[in-house]
Amino acid sequence: MNSQLSQDLAHFFPELAVSVAFLLVIIADISFPREMGKRISFTVTLLGLIASFILVVPLFGVSAQSMFFGMIALDRLAVFFKCFVILTSVLVLLAAPGSKELSRHHLGEFYVLLLGATLGMMLLVSATDLLMLFLSLEMVSLSCYIMVGYLRNDRQSNEASLKYLLFGAVSTGCMLYGITLLYGITGTTGMAGIRDFISAGGFPGDNSMILLVSTVLVLAGFGFKTAAVPFHFWCPDAYEGAPTPVTAFLSIAPKAAGFGSLIRLFQTSLTTSPGNTSPLAAVDATHWPQLLLLLSISTMTFGNIAALRQDNMKRLLAYSSIAHAGYILMGAVVAGSLGTQSVLVYMITYLFMNLGAFLIVIEVFNGTGSFSLRDYGGFFRRAPFLAITMTIFMLSLMGIPPFAGFFGKFYVFAAAVKSNLAWFAVIGALNSVISVYYYARVIKTMIIDVNQDAGTLKASKIGQVMIWLMLLPTAALALFWTPIHKITASSVQIFLGN
Amino acid sequence: MIGLNHYILVSAALFSLGLICVLIRKNAVNVLMGVELILNAANINLVAFSRFSAANLNGQLFAIFVIVIAAAEAAVALAIVLSMYRLLKSVNLDRADILKG
Repeated sequence: MNSQLSQDLAHFFPELAVSVAFLLVIIADISFPREMGKRISFTVTLLGLIASFILVVPLFGVSAQSMFFGMIALDRLAVFFKCFVILTSVLVLLAAPGSKELSRHHLGEFYVLLLGATLGMMLLVSATDLLMLFLSLEMVSLSCYIMVGYLRNDRQSNEASLKYLLFGAVSTGCMLYGITLLYGITGTTGMAGIRDFISAGGFPGDNSMILLVSTVLVLAGFGFKTAAVPFHFWCPDAYEGAPTPVTAFLSIAPKAAGFGSLIRLFQTSLTTSPGNTSPLAAVDATHWPQLLLLLSISTMTFGNIAALRQDNMKRLLAYSSIAHAGYILMGAVVAGSLGTQSVLVYMITYLFMNLGAFLIVIEVFNGTGSFSLRDYGGFFRRAPFLAITMTIFMLSLMGIPPFAGFFGKFYVFAAAVKSNLAWFAVIGALNSVISVYYYARVIKTMIIDVNQDAGTLKASKIGQVMIWLMLLPTAALALFWTPIHKITASSVQIFLGN
Repeated sequence: MIGLNHYILVSAALFSLGLICVLIRKNAVNVLMGVELILNAANINLVAFSRFSAANLNGQLFAIFVIVIAAAEAAVALAIVLSMYRLLKSVNLDRADILKG
């Protein structure tokens, strides 16, 4: 038993690195004078995240296994999502001090919260016990609530965090109630145990209703985390009021962690046929593929239609991120190795194009002090660099080849077609057509519209470097297609439990 | 004799009351009380199931973690509500209306 525990600890080093950085930043923040403390806590956070990334990559080669008495699992899916959330946190960390909204404030606690959220997400994507799942979900949520309300004296930021908190508390409460029902019926909180109970025919006749109810309740928690309709109400408000780097973080990392955990729970636990490629064809006791299908269609349709009439860039990107969650859910419906791989490819492309768009929103706010779409007028003369890069990110978000977004959509739609859900892919394609309108509106504003304010706008040095970092993968993903295909294809391995 | 059904009925009632409280109350602190009702309904479920049907202690352990989480959530939530009060001199949720569209 002891050797088992020490082996588990050796595989737990990435999380430990983040935890150590978490504690060091708190200490550094209170023991150094203001300016120096700011720089030291930034460096410690960055080093902690990089160390964690370096430690997590070798785990890709370790065979899938259970850790800490079945609480979390070590498999390639978990390692992939851990790499993903750490990368997102590093990029947001680099962008945060350059934003005028945040740089006026004391940032020590911000770094602590970022590390806390990262640690929570790393545990969330590997949780194989409902207790661990709930705890890590709350760890992410609590850190995010405070990050959204970080601008304490700003009414918008405060209102955003209040709405985020109330929706979050209620939906995780519903999720917890669903978890207790599952525990009551199956007598266990382990995902593998629940699957064994369901497979053994534990839900004859009327009892399947209870299983359906608890699945819906659990889905409320995931729907909140991934901002899926009808659990999305917080999303536009929280995204608009939060400091922009936090908005960028929220639209990518917790969403990805939510999808990682959702895939694990539904494919390994609430099913009679783990790893099934086309679950809609199989009669699944929990009906989750049908539920996710409804969620996916409503999410992408609502997100795209609501985005059409937005005049605030952050709100527009919020609705666009809701729509993208719908496309990603499409991959989760298909499930199996095909569907999971399409989710992973989509997450990678989404990270670069969405973060790139938010980086430009940050730079524009630093220059003009506005998030309104109207203030993007005449950008091709005022700020050619920002205008051209924004155009590329918008084209990529539309899904126009040869940019990254196209590959994400291609994988998701292809997965749906291959598992005999062609009509589902058609709905997704029609939605992409709707989305062209509002993304093109941004490009049109920048090229055609004129603005009285004729002064030129220049991005900061670090901002330019960051935008280039996002631009290269977005514009030239076609060149790295083979390695990305290979990495995601081998990352779909999920530990089924013993 | 009080059995599992009684506990489940109480917890279902508590859950519904909490949900109703969250949906109809305008005062932010009252809404948070509704959230506490939801979490405690789950706690009753956990302990009752642990005692009557599951025959293991996982549920009681889970309940202890839920109590801790509820306390942490209340701390964060009250801090946010307090800062709302400092900005608006009110905890009425209808006053939080500048973000919409």
